[in-house]
Amino acid sequence: MKRLSLLAVAALVASVPLQGQAQGKKDSVVMAMALEPPGLDPTTAAAAAIAEVTLYNVYETLTKINEDGSVSPLLAESWQATEDLKSYTFKLRKGVKFQNGEPFDSAAVKFSFDRNAAPNSTNKDKSLYQSFEQVSAPDADTIVVTLKYSEPNLPFLIGQASGSIVEPKSAPTDATQPVGTGPYTLGSWTKGSSITLNKWPDYRNASAIKLAKVTIRFISDPAAQAAALLAGDVDAFPRVATRIVEQFKADPRFVVLIGGSKAKTIVTINNKKKPFDDVRVRRAILAAIDRKAMIDGAADGFGVPIGSFYTPGSPGYVDTTGINPYDPEKAKKLLAEAGVTTPLEVSLKLPPPPYARQGGEILAAELAKIGITAKIENIEWAQWLSQVFTPGGPHNYDLTIVSHVEPFDLVKWTEPDYYFGYNSEAFNALYKQIVTTSDEAGRAKLLGDAQRMLATDAAAGFLYQPQWITIVSKKLKGVWKDVPQFENDFSTWAWE
Amino acid sequence: MSTPDTAISMPAVVQRPATGFWRRALRHRSFVAGGALVLLVLFAALLSLVWTPWSAYDIDIAAKLKPPSSSHWLGTDVFGRDIVSLLLVGARATIAVGIIAVGIGLSFGVCLGLLAAARKGWTEELIMRMSDFTFAFPAVLSAIMLAAAVGPGMVTSITAIGIFQIPTFVRVTRASANAVWSREFVLAARASGKGAFRITTEHVLPNILSVLVVQATIGFALAILAEAALSYLGLGTQPPQPSWGRMLNEAQTLLFQAPSLAVYPGVAIATAVLGLNLLGDGLRDLLDPRLARER
Repeated sequence: MKRLSLLAVAALVASVPLQGQAQGKKDSVVMAMALEPPGLDPTTAAAAAIAEVTLYNVYETLTKINEDGSVSPLLAESWQATEDLKSYTFKLRKGVKFQNGEPFDSAAVKFSFDRNAAPNSTNKDKSLYQSFEQVSAPDADTIVVTLKYSEPNLPFLIGQASGSIVEPKSAPTDATQPVGTGPYTLGSWTKGSSITLNKWPDYRNASAIKLAKVTIRFISDPAAQAAALLAGDVDAFPRVATRIVEQFKADPRFVVLIGGSKAKTIVTINNKKKPFDDVRVRRAILAAIDRKAMIDGAADGFGVPIGSFYTPGSPGYVDTTGINPYDPEKAKKLLAEAGVTTPLEVSLKLPPPPYARQGGEILAAELAKIGITAKIENIEWAQWLSQVFTPGGPHNYDLTIVSHVEPFDLVKWTEPDYYFGYNSEAFNALYKQIVTTSDEAGRAKLLGDAQRMLATDAAAGFLYQPQWITIVSKKLKGVWKDVPQFENDFSTWAWE
Repeated sequence: MSTPDTAISMPAVVQRPATGFWRRALRHRSFVAGGALVLLVLFAALLSLVWTPWSAYDIDIAAKLKPPSSSHWLGTDVFGRDIVSLLLVGARATIAVGIIAVGIGLSFGVCLGLLAAARKGWTEELIMRMSDFTFAFPAVLSAIMLAAAVGPGMVTSITAIGIFQIPTFVRVTRASANAVWSREFVLAARASGKGAFRITTEHVLPNILSVLVVQATIGFALAILAEAALSYLGLGTQPPQPSWGRMLNEAQTLLFQAPSLAVYPGVAIATAVLGLNLLGDGLRDLLDPRLARER
């Protein structure tokens, strides 16, 4: 009865604005996201929300990562790699301008790449840009990148938001007044509420851009997300809270897109800290985790179990979920073997997303069964970053739950001051071998070895590959289902 | 020395609740209703110590969000935990926070209030201005500040709510104590050579007890509301410890799927607060000597 009346109210509310806006809606759209970006420069801050607003809209990259993960030309018209995959030559698109009127040329690309690699750079993929031996610009529309090692994925890697090409003069103020080469410019930003992007009339291919105005609202609360969609206030909601999805599946006004991801949701174990420096303790933690219960409870069933830091469907993927299976009895034995006196009290610091908060409660209950008392601390992102994550920071935590959304980031396990605290000579050597092997099959085999090594070392509680759910109004077309990286390409969106 | 004392202090005890207190109390409607509701919550908390239908901590994802049934009388939450068990155990947190927070407010507040009334002068000024200052920070705000400094948790919320209660008790105590200090029997006690401390403990405190009891009941209700608010904001009781406020928080994200989840903890909080308010009203009527005589 309660549910019925609520739905009735929601339906009533929904019908009103839809009628009112029906005429003017053809060239504008309201999208919503859970998180608000801290700034609008994806080359200086890691927050995925920045890319969700700016990538392909305000800024563009040399290459474009498509819905299926393939790479196609964007600001670069074509590229060529040397045999050893250590040097790439990119031919740039001609006649492109930045939104402030400055021309786009090889100098801007060199500036952007060098800036990402600078010692004081805060770029998310700083290590990638620092692995560039040289970035040279032989002429205005050619850029040559020479690497310290072979990198077959370079076109993909520089296609990420962190590789956005910025204009040298406006770069320092990009966080608040972004200037790129993309089809949209920043209209307004009402902090805490919404961002408006307007179509840039001088875009090189302006006629193909259907939406004149995109409003992006920020709604983090799942119930408010559902209400906004039902009320017709929001036309599209990428990465919506999994909790509300069920009711939209049967709703004829919406389409529910369930897409794969390259993300890995894991229980990070502080490898450096006692007693987690003992592999048996880490294996015990993994054996206590029921991945299926985690996926059902933390992600409402929208996930695929993983056994290592690599996602199904990626090149060289091997199924490692059998290496540390769910086995509470074995977990107890492992703890006893390691000489741990139970109950062992550990801290479990949880960032705000529902998957972490819900997953944390499940994890605590599962650990309790093997004699580990996890003291849950719900903290905000800022605290999480400073206490847990900051590279070289205090790493003041035992366990945490977080989703690593970047694709192909096995390299993180080789960084000694990364928050994992994992430091394995064997893994570092193996990784070096991976990046120096240029033949595809050989690399795939080594990638398999790397996954198995992380799983055998129980380097973290690898849980699942989350699925990103997008709910869109039935009439809105061109919204991507699969999201290899966080982005919303408004240039492909259009009303039916 | 003791004879005149006793003689003079005799009038001080006339306002003790009469022997007919319980007889009058049981006829007082809001006292009975409030008392019954409070006993119900108290009983739930005590019962949870020895028995709950299911464990309030065991997670069973396969049984999540089940509607009420014969095995789960009010259904299950998003982790498959039994709602009835959660409510029972949650009552414990509620009562613990109420008792301790009111205890903090009562002990500090009454001491300071009595001191202010007994000393006057700059001591009184200092105490009253300090309590005005504390009063300016609502419990939720001071809890947020405390949580930022020492981390969120039950202790943090209890401390914050307790501190918030102090100025209320200071004001109530001082006002009532001042009234007692101006009475003739206090003058008589002073004339007989009693010091401020003895007058306070022997004459003032017994005479303002009824006011304090009523204020404590109201403070208890406020503490429960504050605890629920803080837990709802994630600053109070931390998971997996069940708490009504946190149940509300979890239910909020499920408003469209399982609206009834928000109703149960809401009703529980309302029951406790309503019960305490009715009880406080009843006690005020019953303990007020003037009202008692009029009856």
